[in-house]
Amino acid sequence: MAERSSIFDMIGPVMIGPSSSHTAGVVRIARAAIHILGHIPESATITFYNSFARTYEGHGSDRAIIAGLLDFPTDDVRIKNSFDHAVQQGLQYTFKSVGNASTMHPNTIKLELKYQDQEVEVIGVSKGGGVINIAEINGFTANISANLYTIIITAEDVKGTIAFMADVISNDDCNIATMSVSRKGKNDIACHFIEMDSGIREITLAYLRSLRWVQNILYIPPVV
Amino acid sequence: MLLFDDFKSWKKHCETTQEPLFQPVMTYEIQQKGRTETEIWDGMLRAYTVMREAVQTGLTEDMTSRSGMVNNGGKKVFNSPVTILSPEFKKLISRALAAKEVNSCMGRIVAAPTAGASGILPGVLVTLQELHDLPDRKILEGLLVSAGIALIVERNASLAGAVGGCQAETGSAAAMGSGAVVYCLGGNIDQVFSAVAITLQCMLGLVCDPVAGLVEVPCIVRNASAAAIAYSSAQIALAGVPTVIPVDECVMAMGEIGESMETRYKETAMGGLAATPTGQQIAKRVLIQDIEVLPDEMS
Ligand code: SF4
Repeated sequence: MAERSSIFDMIGPVMIGPSSSHTAGVVRIARAAIHILGHIPESATITFYNSFARTYEGHGSDRAIIAGLLDFPTDDVRIKNSFDHAVQQGLQYTFKSVGNASTMHPNTIKLELKYQDQEVEVIGVSKGGGVINIAEINGFTANISANLYTIIITAEDVKGTIAFMADVISNDDCNIATMSVSRKGKNDIACHFIEMDSGIREITLAYLRSLRWVQNILYIPPVV
Repeated sequence: MLLFDDFKSWKKHCETTQEPLFQPVMTYEIQQKGRTETEIWDGMLRAYTVMREAVQTGLTEDMTSRSGMVNNGGKKVFNSPVTILSPEFKKLISRALAAKEVNSCMGRIVAAPTAGASGILPGVLVTLQELHDLPDRKILEGLLVSAGIALIVERNASLAGAVGGCQAETGSAAAMGSGAVVYCLGGNIDQVFSAVAITLQCMLGLVCDPVAGLVEVPCIVRNASAAAIAYSSAQIALAGVPTVIPVDECVMAMGEIGESMETRYKETAMGGLAATPTGQQIAKRVLIQDIEVLPDEMS
C-alpha cells in the first residue's frame, strides 16, 4: 500500500509557478548541476527536450533553470526575475529546444555549463512534484535523485574498488542507499555514484581522495 | 489512530473522544510523519502567511503573465466602482483572483491542494478572518480541518486535474474552504461535513481544459467562482440544511465521474476551452514553435 500523504502535501508545498515539474524540479536539476561544476557557471547552454521544448517559456521553466544556476532555492521569490539577476552576476545563457528525442523522458533538460576552464554536461529529468533524476553526468549514467547525500567518485577501474569504498563509507556510519558504477569501456575510467542517508565526514572524504587510483571526488548534500 | 479513510470514521472518532475536528488531523501527522505539534502549528502558520502575502502581492504588484492572458484581474475587481452584491463579496472575488494570478505570474503561493487551485483558500480564509475578526489560531485550526478533508478526497477520488478533471482541483479546494469556514464559525460536525458535501455537489463534473496548457484560463476565474461556491455552501450548511447525499458518497461520485472523464478533459489541453478556435490560436502563439526535431531513432 502506498505511503500515506502528509498534511503538508494538502496544504503545501509552498512553491513558485504553476507546476512543480516545471519549476521546483527544474530549479533542483540546475542546483544539482552547479554542485557538480563546483561553482556558479559563467556560461550555460540549456536544451529543453520533448514536452519541455514547447512549454518551457509559458510555464516559466526558463526562469526556473536560471534561478537554479544562480543557486536560488525552489521557493525563492527571486525566481520571477532570475534573468535580471543573471545579468548582474555575469551568467550568460542560451536556450535550445529539441523535440522528438525518443530516447528521453518527456521532461528532460540538458545543461552544458562552463566556469573558467571547467566544463560539465548534466542531463536531468523532472518527474513531477519536484522529484528529479540526474540521468547523466559527462556521459556517465548517473541516476541520482539529489535527495540524499551523494558522492561521485571518478577512479581507475581497478579490481575491488567498489567493495573497498563501500567498506570505508560504512565504517563512517553512513548507510548507503544506492550505489552504481558507470564505465565508458572496459578498464577505462569508472564513475561511482553513491547515495547515502546521512552526511560523510570531511576526513573520510580526504582519505578517499588520497587513494592512488582515485582521480576526483564530488560531494553533494541534498538539493532543495 | 484515525487514518482519514472517510468522513464517517472522522465523525465517529470525534464523537467518541470529544476532540475538536482538527485534533485527529494533528495526531495523524505526528504519528504518520513523525512531526511535533510545534512543527505542525509553525508549518500551518507559514502556509497561512504565504497565502496572505499572495493576496497582498496580487492586489498591489503588477500581475501580467508571459502569455498575455493574465492582466491584473484581481486589482481591477478590487478597484471596480460597481459593487454588485456587497463590498465583502467583491473583496472575496478579487482576493481569490489575485492570489491565483500571483501563481500564474511566477510568484510564491501555497499549493492547496494544488497550484492550480492556489487562490481559493487564500481568498476564503483572509476574507473570513477579516469579516469575523478571528484570531490566527482559529484559522490555523480551520486549515488543519481542510487538510483532513483533502486527505479523504485524495484517497477516495483525486486532487489532480490530470486524474480527475478540474472538479478534483478547484472542487476539492472549494470543499476544503467551505468546511474550514463552517468549522471556524462554530458549526457542528454535521454542518462542517454538509458544507463539504454541498460544495462537491456544486463542483461535480468540471473538466480540466486549460488554454495552451497554461494554468491561466479558465483556472483563474474558476478560483473566484470556487471561492464563491465555498461561501454559498457554508451559508446553506450552517443553517442546518441537510446535504441528502452523505459526504462520503459525494466524494465517491466525484471519483466515479473523474474516472469516466475522457483524457482530453484532463489537463491535456485537447478539449473544452483549450480546443476552441481562439484557444488553439493562443496556443499557437504562446507555445514555442522553433524546435529542432530529431529524426526517429532506428532500432
Ligand atoms: S482547469 Fe485544469 S489546470 Fe486549470 S485549475 Fe482546473 S484542474 Fe487546474
